[in-house]
Amino acid sequence: MPADAAHPTLTWDVAHDVSQLLEYHFMLNALLAGSVVAVMAGLVGWAMVLRREAFAGHTLSMMAFPGASAAALAGVPAALGYFLFCAAGAAALGALSSARRISWSDQSAGIGAVQALALAAGFLFVSLYGGVLGDLENLLFGSLLGVSDGQVLLLVTVAAATIAALAALGRPLLFASVDADVAAARGVPVRALSLAFLLLLGLAVAATSQITGVLLVFALLVAPAAGAQALTARPLASLALTVALGLLVVWLGLGIAYFSVYPAGFFVATVAFATYLLCRLLAQGRRLLRRRGRAQGEGEDAPAQRAGVIA
Amino acid sequence: MLSQEFMRNALLAGTFVALACGVVGWFVVLRGQVFAGDALSHVAFPGALAAAAAGVDERIGLFVATVAVGAAIGALGRGALARGSAGSSAADDTAIGTAFTFILGLGVFFMARVSMSSAGSSGVLGAHTLFGSIFGLTAGEARLAAAIALGATALTLAIARPLLFASVAPEVAAARGVPTRLLGIGFVALLGVVAAEATQAVGALLLLGLLAAPAAAAHRLVRRPFAAIALAGALAVAAMWGGLVLAYAIPSLPPSTAVVAVAVAIYGACTTLA
Repeated sequence: MPADAAHPTLTWDVAHDVSQLLEYHFMLNALLAGSVVAVMAGLVGWAMVLRREAFAGHTLSMMAFPGASAAALAGVPAALGYFLFCAAGAAALGALSSARRISWSDQSAGIGAVQALALAAGFLFVSLYGGVLGDLENLLFGSLLGVSDGQVLLLVTVAAATIAALAALGRPLLFASVDADVAAARGVPVRALSLAFLLLLGLAVAATSQITGVLLVFALLVAPAAGAQALTARPLASLALTVALGLLVVWLGLGIAYFSVYPAGFFVATVAFATYLLCRLLAQGRRLLRRRGRAQGEGEDAPAQRAGVIA
Repeated sequence: MLSQEFMRNALLAGTFVALACGVVGWFVVLRGQVFAGDALSHVAFPGALAAAAAGVDERIGLFVATVAVGAAIGALGRGALARGSAGSSAADDTAIGTAFTFILGLGVFFMARVSMSSAGSSGVLGAHTLFGSIFGLTAGEARLAAAIALGATALTLAIARPLLFASVAPEVAAARGVPTRLLGIGFVALLGVVAAEATQAVGALLLLGLLAAPAAAAHRLVRRPFAAIALAGALAVAAMWGGLVLAYAIPSLPPSTAVVAVAVAIYGACTTLA
């Protein structure tokens, strides 16, 4: 083992840095898992931002916490707990939103109650388990650098299934998300679609939270999608941009974390937020430029028009 | 049960914190700001850890973080506050979600810093901040918590009428000369105070149970505003008492879990009744 591998240092030689990054198997696994999760979370998050279900997504990501702690308590694999609880949470939120046509604030209060109950249950499970606090931190904030081969395989499978399902739902889901009333009138099963999407969201969140931790799922779920949708309104372009931004966030975040003593979750969250801010700034700047261009255009056109009128 | 000092402290602090949560929560639900409240409650965690990393009292960090972020959400979240429609506040939710994930990421950073400087204490502090430790309050802390919570409740009731006007009909209120924007920012800052206070009782992650559940139940049951506010406060206090008694009777049940479970049970019962 080379002496500098234990204490990696950043140099100006980019090729050397990258080869240093890829030297270890755990780092390869982390990059692989992170990329898979970034693509899946980006695509599902894109639809979530479009449907304005950020709060529901946040609540579903919290479901992973009682899921994992219940699995630890029962002695079954953690992944099983993650997926079971996220699916149950999605079903609960679906029932909540389709129970009656209740107001938006009532619905979000209900979502909040579901989330608080889930977290309370999670805390109960952790304290019953004996509360190994190191595990608690990993559960909440993820362990990007401790991904096993089996986990990578599971993530790839789940991601493939989720993306395939999303592609199958694609057009009606887009229709129902953009204008639910018109879609319902045209015979699109809006309620069923909404429940199906929540289940997909639960699946994606359960997979993502195994990597980023329960509390930082949003870094990959919302930030790339929100940034991309701020930049372009065309569906395909912003979808592609979402995936690209998600991958960028994961690679940069993991890369910086490798050369630092601080946890990877912090860097991923920070890069995600910076990307989002940058996209908002770009969108704002473009809007200003366009407005100025239009003002100038009008300034030039006006005399010409007047001249035309006179002529 | 009341002969135990820790129980008396918990009841003193818990009663007033729950009252504040119920009263402020009613407005939170009315204004469709449950997600903002959720974000504020999570922000308390990095605040406490940052204070620990800097070596000052963690409560200072709690209050500074929640009030600052509250004011920022109030100032940035023009959509929900000015227009008051569901769609625009949902759009704000995306910005809130992105920002608070970053702040939670900062929490991880501070947690690492604390554990590097003083070995081993970060996990305990982290767990206390995230899940509360109401049975661990001293008499002085309990009295301070009760006083701050009472102050926040009184302040909310003092601005209740204009706030109600500004929440229900923002445009009309603004035309009538009510400073809706200032009220909006002030209210979210007040929510920050309550969030910091309640974090010590039920924890940053469970606060939403006390904030949203009793208030949502009151919204379902009663239409008249002031009766509903009173009911929200009463239900929150009832949840707190019920939870504390349950946690006292069953030692393996953490008090925060019991309080939130009772609050959500009350909400469930009220929604099926209404």
